[in-house]
Amino acid sequence: MARLIAKRLGQMLLIMGVTSLLLFAIFDTDQFRRQIAVSELGGFGVATLNAADYEGWLEKKGLNEPFLSRYVTWVGDVMQGDLGRSIEKNMAVSTLLADRLQRTAILASCFFVLMVPISLTLGVLAGMREGGRLDRVISIVAVVTTSIPQIATAVLLTVFLSLGLGWVPAKSAMVGGFSFRELVLPLLTLLIYDIGYVVRMTRASMAEVMSANYIRTAVLKGLAGSHVIVGHALRNALIVPFTLIFLQLNWLLSHVVVVEVFFQYSGFGRMLYEAAMFGDIAVLQAATLVAVAVAALSQLLSDIAYILLNPRVGAAG
Amino acid sequence: MTLSSPPVPATHPERASWRPTIARLPVVVALLALVWCSLVAYVVFPDALGPAHAAALIPSIPAVLVLYGLGIVSWRESAIARIGLTLVMFWILMAVAAPYLPLVDPNRPIAPFAPPFTAKAGHFFWLGADMRGRDMLSRTLWGGQRVIVWGITATACAYVVGVAFGLMAGYLRGWWDEILSFIANILLSFPVMVLLILVLNFLGQSGFSIILAVTFSSAPGIMRIVRGLALVESTRDYIQAAQTRGESALWIMAVEILPNVRGPLIVDACLRLGYTTVAITTLTFLGLGLQPPDPDWGLMIKEAASSALLWKFAYMMIVPSVAVSSLILGFNLMADGLREMSLRD
Repeated sequence: MARLIAKRLGQMLLIMGVTSLLLFAIFDTDQFRRQIAVSELGGFGVATLNAADYEGWLEKKGLNEPFLSRYVTWVGDVMQGDLGRSIEKNMAVSTLLADRLQRTAILASCFFVLMVPISLTLGVLAGMREGGRLDRVISIVAVVTTSIPQIATAVLLTVFLSLGLGWVPAKSAMVGGFSFRELVLPLLTLLIYDIGYVVRMTRASMAEVMSANYIRTAVLKGLAGSHVIVGHALRNALIVPFTLIFLQLNWLLSHVVVVEVFFQYSGFGRMLYEAAMFGDIAVLQAATLVAVAVAALSQLLSDIAYILLNPRVGAAG
Repeated sequence: MTLSSPPVPATHPERASWRPTIARLPVVVALLALVWCSLVAYVVFPDALGPAHAAALIPSIPAVLVLYGLGIVSWRESAIARIGLTLVMFWILMAVAAPYLPLVDPNRPIAPFAPPFTAKAGHFFWLGADMRGRDMLSRTLWGGQRVIVWGITATACAYVVGVAFGLMAGYLRGWWDEILSFIANILLSFPVMVLLILVLNFLGQSGFSIILAVTFSSAPGIMRIVRGLALVESTRDYIQAAQTRGESALWIMAVEILPNVRGPLIVDACLRLGYTTVAITTLTFLGLGLQPPDPDWGLMIKEAASSALLWKFAYMMIVPSVAVSSLILGFNLMADGLREMSLRD
């Protein structure tokens, strides 16, 4: 186990190094420098600049240094815990990142608190008797909800729940401080898609276990149905869904971009989108480091959960 | 005597229904190629066709119908797969038949904000009109064309790259595997949306950038699946037989391994077509994908959400949302049905 953790963490650091180098290389092109200039000074402002003024502007922003020296400086700074300054928002990246991550963490924790019990329950209920009426209803609903793009869900929920029925506010910018009502729509948009996905996976796992020989033995032995399910099937059926739930963390970080941009929720995803569009390299770098760390850690947690839950692989890992 | 494919045991009664599918494979591939090529030519290179442009899609209409018929016949065992096929084929048929249907020009403004089922300005609006007065029915039926063309092309490109690298990693192993898996891990650890935004920002907004962006984001996942399948497959006896015969690595990968792992790959391809459709719609919504004014579902949702986000005009958002969701649902149901059929064998 310790070797697995060490290997994964080493791999994570290596990937962080390579991705940040790649990002620096991408944003070192003239095209992107100009894009940053346009974002900051406006298209007209850049068009009126002559070559010398443009060079001067680059000089002032520190954008004309050779890319390798900028990269080495950045790596040194990061090692010391300094993530640099955002060009767009003119504030320390660490402050911005902490604030935005906290907001997304609120969204994510509400998401997991609701998603895990609902999808596991529905998945187990559907997989208990494969092909039964309950199974068919749950499966159809799940495949339909996973087929609606989140953009469509977001737009439709806004139209019905907010504009039609007026239950919740349409946007979640939270200008007047934190409000739970504003969290409802982004949360629902994320939940509707992902519950369908996890339900389908849980159902498949449960159905597979229910057709195993040891379950048939338990039923033929005359055990009560509830005892068979709770005592025999559940533990094995939940191994796969449990490992999958950890991977949803990585999924969430990616899909939160669309939802946060649409609902104007100032979280990690919106910060990432704005930084990528503006060319705000320091913010983008920091966000990518976080994303890589989350991806690696969720994979690691998922693997560890699998080893702990599955007695068959136990010591071998 | 050929050893190229392992003998299929004909004793299984369920297996029999799969055999015609294999026999018809060249026909299906030829028809798919015809539909895809003419759609790409029609949508992407309209000028290159010259006077043939107007008639370019006519041969595809019977081709789509024949494909649909073949699918319905050979997927008799799975109702789910047939429902999925029906949804997908409906939109592909609309994509190829839209120029020849009695529809008004999807970009012509007629009567702004006309609600569904009303006649205004001498035109009956079945699904209403959008904020510029363009007929929603016409826009919805035309709107699938670009999503289907770019979605299928992008998924196909991602598959070519992913399968090639996956076979190399899984069969050649050693350094190939180390290097390719490391690159795949790097790409997979980027959040998908960020990867797409970065690539599109870097390359500019066009259909070709979408192909590259989707390839970058999907190919690593495909590679992993193919690598796993190839690892298992390369321990089999028939691979050893091929190696003993002195076949080249390229031959073994492409002719021996690939046809034998096609089952899970076809299921995965259906799912990925759905993901790609979602990705294209989302990118278009964020303003990074396809550009106006031509009709497109993602653009229709975007335009309606930015200028008519009102309860009264909900139809403007519901119609394209239902359209794009039904296409994705079709892909997902097809994947489910195919998986179900392959498990039954």
